[in-house]
Amino acid sequence: MPLLNVTDLRTWFHTRSGVYRAVDGISFSVERGETLGIVGESGSGKSVTCYSIMGLIPQPPGRIESGTALFDGVDLLHCTPKQARSIRGKRVAMIFQDPMTSLNPYLRISEQLIEPLLIHEKISRRDALARALAMLEDVGINDAAKRIHYYPHEFSGGMRQRVMIAMALITKPELLIADEPTTALDVTVQAQILELIKKMQRELGMAVIFITHDLGVVSGLCDRVQVMYAGRIVETADTRTLFHSPKHPYTRALQRSIPSMQAKGAELFTIPGMPPDLSKPLAGCSFAPRCEYAADRCYVENPQLAAVSATQAQACLRVQAGEL
Amino acid sequence: MSDAILQLTDVKTHFPIQSGFVFRKQTGTVKAVDGVTLSVRRGEVLGLVGESGCGKSTLARTIMQLVPTTAGTVVLNGKNLSTCTAAELLSVRRGMQMVFQDPYASLNPRMTVFATLAEPLLVHGLCQPGEVNARVAALMRLVGLAPRFMQKYPHEFSGGQRQRIAIARALALEPKVIIADEPVSALDVSIQAQILNLLSQLCRKMNLSLIFIAHDLSVVKHISDRVAVMYLGKIVELGPAADVIERPRHPYTRALVSAIPTPDPDVERTRQRIVLAGDPPSPINPRAGCAFHPRCLYAREVCKAAVPPLASDGPTREVACVRLAEL
Repeated sequence: MPLLNVTDLRTWFHTRSGVYRAVDGISFSVERGETLGIVGESGSGKSVTCYSIMGLIPQPPGRIESGTALFDGVDLLHCTPKQARSIRGKRVAMIFQDPMTSLNPYLRISEQLIEPLLIHEKISRRDALARALAMLEDVGINDAAKRIHYYPHEFSGGMRQRVMIAMALITKPELLIADEPTTALDVTVQAQILELIKKMQRELGMAVIFITHDLGVVSGLCDRVQVMYAGRIVETADTRTLFHSPKHPYTRALQRSIPSMQAKGAELFTIPGMPPDLSKPLAGCSFAPRCEYAADRCYVENPQLAAVSATQAQACLRVQAGEL
Repeated sequence: MSDAILQLTDVKTHFPIQSGFVFRKQTGTVKAVDGVTLSVRRGEVLGLVGESGCGKSTLARTIMQLVPTTAGTVVLNGKNLSTCTAAELLSVRRGMQMVFQDPYASLNPRMTVFATLAEPLLVHGLCQPGEVNARVAALMRLVGLAPRFMQKYPHEFSGGQRQRIAIARALALEPKVIIADEPVSALDVSIQAQILNLLSQLCRKMNLSLIFIAHDLSVVKHISDRVAVMYLGKIVELGPAADVIERPRHPYTRALVSAIPTPDPDVERTRQRIVLAGDPPSPINPRAGCAFHPRCLYAREVCKAAVPPLASDGPTREVACVRLAEL
């Protein structure tokens, strides 16, 4: 049984200017110890997917219209608040993009680090502090004994991200959701943080969902990748297959628009147009207006994910019909 | 160099650190830019890379004279900007414009596109009031925006479109040099490519010089003719873009190049990566010697002694490393 199994998740936002279908019927699963990458542009629904699983969607305006998210047999979307609390922050943890805003500036990091332990485990403050200190050393903070009493503003961006990782991992979660944890960091610090996540994953054997828009980051870290566009999954495959034989036109276009993949001096490949307005109901394939291969029926028929091989599935009508 | 349009000579920008409220005194100095010599040729795209805090943005602001220079000279088109009066600066600045990183913050939310683009034209008296409309429409077409959006406000546009407006604003005065400070780092990959294409087209068409600041080396490699790598206020490596990024010489450039994740899983999983330890050091009272030596894999005693100057390495490249010959 997979560790997390999400089926037909729909998260819509009911606002004054219309209903935004941020996540519109997606299904996926994560095995124990596996790293799943979720790739997509801003607004493709990758963060909303994870916020929905974690119960972090503000309701209203958000509403989970349908779907289940079974974590080890418990439906995170429909369980009692008590059940949710016993899982969230203990067995499923999350790290966020911006370590500047997701740590509490008024509390010493020692307080923030031991909070999950005090809530989820029967442990004395003293033992919790000792665990926190060991965790800080694990994530590579020098002089941890002194720095544990610092406030967040006394750390640099990379160090804060380490603190946040320590906070997420202190309860030894089985699943870590990382929402663009390296986007705000320099490449050199990004390399450090990615190495750290890999190391902690090996030690704790946890599964990771890694959200990013950087295909380069995915290629070194993830076992499997799913590509999202306008609230739907358009392609999912193991990492090697996705990079070497992408099937969906959006995946191909995304890959072709990475500058380092292109000859120098040549015009960069661009995807024309812009992502669709999610507040308008979409007939047919959401990528059709920007797709160079779009046929008439792409604007009418709604494509579904269909398996290409045991490890790859994609949602393009024309690829499924064998035309591309 | 005779065809240099912009020439920086030993530019330094230091900020004082003060403490105390009543009796303020200077307790230290942030050496944000510390001795940069650089020239930009006509029509050239110069990439400027480095980690955050290395002084790239301060250097850009120094060139624009948005912060005062502590020492050294910035010469634009034969005119020394550091000695200009405020009135002279106004006219000199016409030749040099800036595009900022965050198009959500750099456009005035209460000004329509028309007002944003017309302002520089009117301030500098570049066209008659009757012609403003036509000029603004032409500028919008130049950056790929339809003139019918003229009366819209920035919040009605996407990030990529806003960056286009910011570029149009910079082009309004027909500058010779554009300084773009991380113009694509706030944008998605597919939009990034559009803006990069637009910038390089414009440079070619209008024979503009562009200083392109970024921390993403693959983007810099694509767009620039030459690239300068900065570390802690100094340039450590300078040379033709593809050359520097494919065959980096300075240990810092090597680490920087090796830190870029490649979008190819086979390469990514087998290659040897240099992971730098620690954060970039603070520019407040840096240690003696080469600024990079505390993080450098190849550091020796000699590196702690003196600051290595930027020395030429072959006909086109310059590197600041004492141990260059041995590596």
